[in-house]
Amino acid sequence: MENIYTKHTKDCKLVKAQPRTVEFLLNYSKSLKITEVKGIKFESNLN
Amino acid sequence: MEVQIEDSVLIRSYVNGDERALETLINRHNQRISSFIYSKINDRGITEDIFQDTFIKVIRTLKRGTYSEEGKFFPWVMRIAHNLIIDHFRKSSRMPMYDGSDSFNVFSVMGDEKLNAENQLIKNQIDSDLSILIEELPEDQKEVLLMRIYKDMSFKEISENTGVSINTALGRMRYALINLRKIINENNIVLTN
Repeated sequence: MENIYTKHTKDCKLVKAQPRTVEFLLNYSKSLKITEVKGIKFESNLN
Repeated sequence: MEVQIEDSVLIRSYVNGDERALETLINRHNQRISSFIYSKINDRGITEDIFQDTFIKVIRTLKRGTYSEEGKFFPWVMRIAHNLIIDHFRKSSRMPMYDGSDSFNVFSVMGDEKLNAENQLIKNQIDSDLSILIEELPEDQKEVLLMRIYKDMSFKEISENTGVSINTALGRMRYALINLRKIINENNIVLTN
């Protein structure tokens, strides 16, 4: 069996965003409201 | 067998107000997007930040109704992440930031120009030793050396002040230095910092 001579095995990592980041995004999405007045869109964040 | 709902269906539900659809979308692509960002950035904290900013853009675009169904969702999100990575590198090249790590500490190559306490003590000692040695010089040489080194006068000014020609002043300076070296060598004095 051939050896794999790679120097960067540590770089091949599977990373996932933390649950709290996902939680933040979901809360951000829930709080974001878009209102359209005469063709102009307004963003509001209701925390 | 579990049937996976397509991204486009989830997007439609999300735009219509189903927040759970967004959760499914994020969880579905979390690992691939995070790993992509991490492969370029190599920093967990910044990866989290860019991931968050990517999805903030996604959420805003979807909520504003400006997302077009032309392309696929995943490549679109990857493109946003890619652009944010480029922005990050642009910003950090304008404001380079160096972190210390176990193998490299920036303070080992960076320092202020001031001497540390030990070197300042050594410098003071050298200065005082040197002033004693200068006292040993003949009066005319000492005068020129003090004017040149300690008063920072030009040889023209020295010649005007001492009433000798510039060449004589230069000669006296030369002999002053030669004599100082001679005294230092003869007495085995070490003047280093």
